[in-house]
Amino acid sequence: MVSVSQFGPMPAAHKRKFFLAAEPWIYASPALILIITILLVPLGIGVSYAFRNIVLLDPFSGEFIGTGHFVEIWKDGNFWNALHNTIEWTVVSVLLQFVFGLILALLLNQPFPGRWLVQALVFLPWAVPSFLSGLNWAWLFNPVVGPLPHWFVRSGLMTTPENILSNPATALWGPIAANVWWGIPFYAITLLAALQSIPTDIYEAAQIDGAGPIKRFWSITLPFLAPTIAITLLLRAVWIANAADLIVVMTRGGPADSTQILASYIFSQAFQRLDFGYASAIATVLLVILLVYAAIVIALRQLIIRAH
Amino acid sequence: MRSVTLRRASYWTFHYALIAIYVAVALFPLYWMLKVSVTPNDLLYTEGVRMWPSRTTVSHYVSVIANTDFPRFFGNSVIVSASTSILTTLVAAAAGYAFSRFQFRGKFWIVGLLLVTQMFPLIMIIAPVFRLFAPLGLTNSLAGLIIIYTTFNVPFAAFLMQSFFDAIPKELEEAAMIDGASRFVALRQIVLPLTLPGIAATLGFVFTAAWSELLFALMLNSSTNATTFPVGLLSFVSKFSVDFGQMTAAGILALAPVCIFFFLIQRHLVQGLTAGAVKG
Repeated sequence: MVSVSQFGPMPAAHKRKFFLAAEPWIYASPALILIITILLVPLGIGVSYAFRNIVLLDPFSGEFIGTGHFVEIWKDGNFWNALHNTIEWTVVSVLLQFVFGLILALLLNQPFPGRWLVQALVFLPWAVPSFLSGLNWAWLFNPVVGPLPHWFVRSGLMTTPENILSNPATALWGPIAANVWWGIPFYAITLLAALQSIPTDIYEAAQIDGAGPIKRFWSITLPFLAPTIAITLLLRAVWIANAADLIVVMTRGGPADSTQILASYIFSQAFQRLDFGYASAIATVLLVILLVYAAIVIALRQLIIRAH
Repeated sequence: MRSVTLRRASYWTFHYALIAIYVAVALFPLYWMLKVSVTPNDLLYTEGVRMWPSRTTVSHYVSVIANTDFPRFFGNSVIVSASTSILTTLVAAAAGYAFSRFQFRGKFWIVGLLLVTQMFPLIMIIAPVFRLFAPLGLTNSLAGLIIIYTTFNVPFAAFLMQSFFDAIPKELEEAAMIDGASRFVALRQIVLPLTLPGIAATLGFVFTAAWSELLFALMLNSSTNATTFPVGLLSFVSKFSVDFGQMTAAGILALAPVCIFFFLIQRHLVQGLTAGAVKG
């Protein structure tokens, strides 16, 4: 074969083989080119900023400063406060979205008349732009135009109608409420899809064997859902930890930095102090934290899959 | 026997009650936005917690449409979201097809690469992207936004499209190809018609995402000509932060197209995900 191709034009069989090997790459290339040029190259540049002194509008900035920013971060009280808030914000938001999303998916998995309409209505919050859901909830918490403070007073949670967003002790619950409301449909949609792919004969067999609904849930439903739960917990937590828009729109990190998360802190460093170097360094730290978290979740998922 | 029926009945009462709570919680914030947007200014404070104002008005909508740049923002957002969703779906369909129908070296790494893109704070690449786009004339332009939104949405859309292709038995195409059809003909005449719901779902998903994006639209564009709805709404909020009627009216206008779109496609989304991509 090789000798033939050395002496003559490339035979058709070779051309065909080459084309067959290249074919998937041809289909995937537009996606790859876009992702590499618009996401990965800028990401590399962004990480390099973390090691340089980059302040916009400052002509003397730009020099390489090594790990200077990271030493600064270590001593930065605002960073640790924001990290603490990020964990609280992410864990509470993801868990509430997940629990309410799972209940909703289980409810929608039973056929009942009007199900398609109910499904369309309860999934609607996901279509709401997240910043608009932030504004909307800020209005609901506002005692002037919103009903919530008045309801809190009536139910004894508050003595006078106040805005929870202006109290440092409660402010983080405002963006969390908006986030949970907006994110329940995501979990419901993905978990419902996973539920619908569980073969029904397994349930029938379990019922014949006398397993009650709770036993069936723990021994059939949950194990089947586990891989989906792992992957959605992973993606969701990463998205939520990175999402600054709800915080920026609702509280701008205040009052007194009580709602400042790392993503919004990066935002304020970059676009209020114009310190892109420091902002990139914080972003790099956040990226490393998220990658470690992702590695742990993926390892756990492999364990779960292997256990079955 | 009676106790079984009774238990079933109480189960379904509970089931419907929970469903009703979910529907109420999902719709109430949107309902309240609508309510504030049709409340005349003089009633806004006196009837603050009433479920529906005693008089309604469309004046807030009229002034948003007639006196502000919102019609232009709306048009810009439609152009950006529609172009992004079409472009993303084409690119993602090609990539998803490659992932679904071929086993090739490097596939593992590509999929890993796509996952990494979901991982980092996008805020990190704003400055580099700005420096990349500025000399190309892609800042202050809708084209720049279309390119960047397409890139953001391709990874998830590619996984979504892969799951739709996975759901179609390979044998259908193979049979056609044995009968002499080329892969492309098999794709167009057999696979494409079957993936139409999936394509609709991907279009809708990307449209919604592009319609909502705030950060890059805010950072890359400063001229009114290239301002999209979210940025317009945000600047509106900071400028007229006391005019709740106009703000909520603008919010309802921003919401209408995506809600209608989503209402139509959400069924396909569940069906498509059932095919198994999320299950991995």
